[in-house]
Amino acid sequence: MASTADQLVAHDDHAHDAHHDHGLSFTQRWFFSTNHKDIGTLYLIFAIFAGIIGGALSGFMRWELANPGMQVLPWFTDGNIDAAYHLWNVFITGHGLIMVFFMVMPALIGGFGNWFVPLMIGAPDMAFPRMNNISFWLTVTAFCLLGASMFVPGPPGFDGAGTGWTVYPPLSTSGHPGPAVDLAIFSLHLAGAASILGAINFITTIFNMRAPGMTLHKMPLFVWSVLVTAFLLLLSLPVLAGAITMLLTDRNFGTTFFDAAGGGDPVLYQHLFWFFGHPEVYIMILPAFGIASQIISTFARKPVFGYLGMAYAMVAIGFVGFIVWAHHMFTVGMSVNTKMYFTAATMIIAVPTGIKIFSWIATMWGGKLTFETPMLWALGFIFMFTVGGVTGIVLANGGIDTYMHDTYYVVAHFHYVLSLGAVFGLFAGFYYWFGKMWGRDYNEFLGKLHFWVFFIGVNVLFFPMHFLGADGMPRRIPDYPEAYHFWNQIASWGYAIMLAGMAVFFVNVFLSLFGGRKSAANPWGEGATTLEWTLSSPPPFHQFETLPDLTKVQQAR
Amino acid sequence: MTVGWLTGLHRTLQTAVLATAVATAALVSAQDIAPAVAPTIASQAAPAAGTTAAAVAAVQESAVAQMSAQEDAIAGYTRMAPTPGIGQPVPQGWQLQQQFTPIGQEAAFLTDVILNPLIVGISLFVLGLMAWVSYRYRAAANPVPSRTTHNFTIEVVWTLVPAIILLFVAVPSFRLLANQYNPPKADVTIKVTGYQWYWGYEYPDYGGISFDALPLSKAEAAKEGVPYLLDTDNRVVVPAGKTVKMLITAADVLHSWAIPSFWVKMDAVPGKINETWFKVDRPGVYYGQCSELCGTRHGFMPITVEVLPEDKFNAWVRMKQRADGIEPTGPGIAVAPAISPTAVAAAVRAAVTPADAPQIVAPEARLQLPTPEAANMPAPVAAPAA
Repeated sequence: MASTADQLVAHDDHAHDAHHDHGLSFTQRWFFSTNHKDIGTLYLIFAIFAGIIGGALSGFMRWELANPGMQVLPWFTDGNIDAAYHLWNVFITGHGLIMVFFMVMPALIGGFGNWFVPLMIGAPDMAFPRMNNISFWLTVTAFCLLGASMFVPGPPGFDGAGTGWTVYPPLSTSGHPGPAVDLAIFSLHLAGAASILGAINFITTIFNMRAPGMTLHKMPLFVWSVLVTAFLLLLSLPVLAGAITMLLTDRNFGTTFFDAAGGGDPVLYQHLFWFFGHPEVYIMILPAFGIASQIISTFARKPVFGYLGMAYAMVAIGFVGFIVWAHHMFTVGMSVNTKMYFTAATMIIAVPTGIKIFSWIATMWGGKLTFETPMLWALGFIFMFTVGGVTGIVLANGGIDTYMHDTYYVVAHFHYVLSLGAVFGLFAGFYYWFGKMWGRDYNEFLGKLHFWVFFIGVNVLFFPMHFLGADGMPRRIPDYPEAYHFWNQIASWGYAIMLAGMAVFFVNVFLSLFGGRKSAANPWGEGATTLEWTLSSPPPFHQFETLPDLTKVQQAR
Repeated sequence: MTVGWLTGLHRTLQTAVLATAVATAALVSAQDIAPAVAPTIASQAAPAAGTTAAAVAAVQESAVAQMSAQEDAIAGYTRMAPTPGIGQPVPQGWQLQQQFTPIGQEAAFLTDVILNPLIVGISLFVLGLMAWVSYRYRAAANPVPSRTTHNFTIEVVWTLVPAIILLFVAVPSFRLLANQYNPPKADVTIKVTGYQWYWGYEYPDYGGISFDALPLSKAEAAKEGVPYLLDTDNRVVVPAGKTVKMLITAADVLHSWAIPSFWVKMDAVPGKINETWFKVDRPGVYYGQCSELCGTRHGFMPITVEVLPEDKFNAWVRMKQRADGIEPTGPGIAVAPAISPTAVAAAVRAAVTPADAPQIVAPEARLQLPTPEAANMPAPVAAPAA
């Protein structure tokens, strides 16, 4: 295996394919782009931009919560306290939607998926390059619509949609007569359409464009994770689209799908939303699983342990992810049998998740471990995801959730799996492929500093939320009883530490992009066996014009 | 220590303030109920109002002493002071709120004794494994990596062991769910309606007493010495040791009715009536907050439940019924006031004795003066307060 990458270099004869872009103008290359690597880059830049906005929103939220009373948000509302309360709801809505749809998904799937799925399977590009382009620009348009929704009327007297990212009716229908929610709905429609098109593209690419000999069971686990993710997107997003379309007609055309007064049911919306929403959380975490697998294997200099178990654990998580949605709704008033079913089904997810965690550790077992920045992030990912996962076992119990539902315990749980899970996976991938994508090495010291400051920051930020939740603090409130002061203040300090970590990140990116060492084709050595390391850094504008031949390769990578 | 001392002082002061407020009310209502007695009371009380602050304080102190002395004899309603750390969040707290219902105690046991040790154990196990592997197989210690990629036995083990652990967790988890859905027969039913942004309550068993509960302002909460953002102007009063059935709905958007220390949380959904229940033995004040995003003032529609001994609960019901102009009705209300003839006599005597004027400011007197209806009723079978 160790020699595989070297053998394959011979197949990639790109002497005739210079690193140029065939004379495309700036507009042609970056606006009408059909090149998977350029589109991946666009997605990453967009995700960083959206992440800054979503992160700034949460910064104002943490600042407001640092002390009881209203101190910060009234600055934006000329001291109008009710407007500040509503602005809070607009911020939580914006933060949630931006981080889910415009930061994590574009970065993990649009960014790393576009960049590395074709490279890893030995394909020249994605199956539908022009559809790839429209996927990206629809996402940007969706983001603009969401941004616009913050500045048009929502509930009587105030601007913006304060519905939460779940957009539950009747708050999103009769509670928000203004056009803000319509814009948010359109935004979700476009982002959803973009993701569906992207999913079709990935599925087609992975099924049809693998290099000779690259069977499904030899595919790198990152490609497996994107494949499973694409199926989750394809099957869940249409349900969201249906639900929010019904919301739209309820709002504008007099239908009553979710209005009891006309024979509808507000709870129906919740079922539809979470039938999408639960797969959605796996959509955000599965690509991070894939990235962690690649990195652990690379830095252990060992093939992934239990490859087939790892791949099919993701398939199992994806499948079970579709049949557990109502655990988000344990307090809406469900029958006891329904609750028992969703409790049991939810707890079952712990089994494939456990397989993955133990397999990562077993991959390290007996390896030759080094701890470069990507490895640190991957290890941080595993442990933080474990912590977020075990609190999921507590929340899975319908009887326990009576207490925990809509408290900060839930906020802690999903930030551990997403903000510390998916985002750690994201940073791990960013550092792992930094040299491959930009042709420059990142600064190792700054990378490690970023990791440690960020790791401490997010733990100080999110761990106290378990305590707040246990003490009963509800989510989504801008002011709180005095008893919750202590841990809220600690959490807000955690945000400040995290922010310092992000400053290190940006310094690192700028220093490395403009002054970094030129990156080797394979900076990670014997452990990096996937096909992208057989190419130059950055890879040529078009790669694999002669397909690599993997028929002789016996083992999965 | 400091907190306890401050609270004690606080409660004393608060009771004194309340006593003064209610004394005025008592004078007014006493005139309605017993016109013959009223002039005497007024003549006794009037000079007191004009005396120095010290004299007033002395009168109030005396009134407080009298109140506590007669508390058992005369059932009445004053807003109970909450106990710090009970039925409300604990400053710097990191654990579940103390539980006061059978379901809450069962669920807290499942969380604290079964689930938390399990998840902390799993986390530490994973952390320990990672730390040990990182140390043992660092490049310097293990220069030649192994090529092991499979081990059937270990893979079966780490699939089956978690599954078996989950099976063991499922047993108490399902039992808890079943118990939550298996309430004893309800003694009191209360209908709750969520509005933007307050709660409406109705007691159908008691002739439909109804009221809205709005949050106290910061100043009001500080004045009464209750936690801001948790206490309301009207509280949900329920009897201790009785099964209370809550029927929960909403008028506009989703809300959620929650009391953490009862392990109760149920969404209020327009067009749908959800049911939940609780049974609390300990009299006291318990707080919760709206737990489903409901718009601008979502964070400002608290829930306050006051659990009272049954006789005091009945007194509260009678007070509410009188205020709402409802004929006395409901279990334990229509039959007779839960009070012994001797206690009534004592109350009347206290109210009319000129030499003992401060006694009349006791708020209970107002409630317990026999009405013509009560006087004609048969004596109660049991006289719990005598």
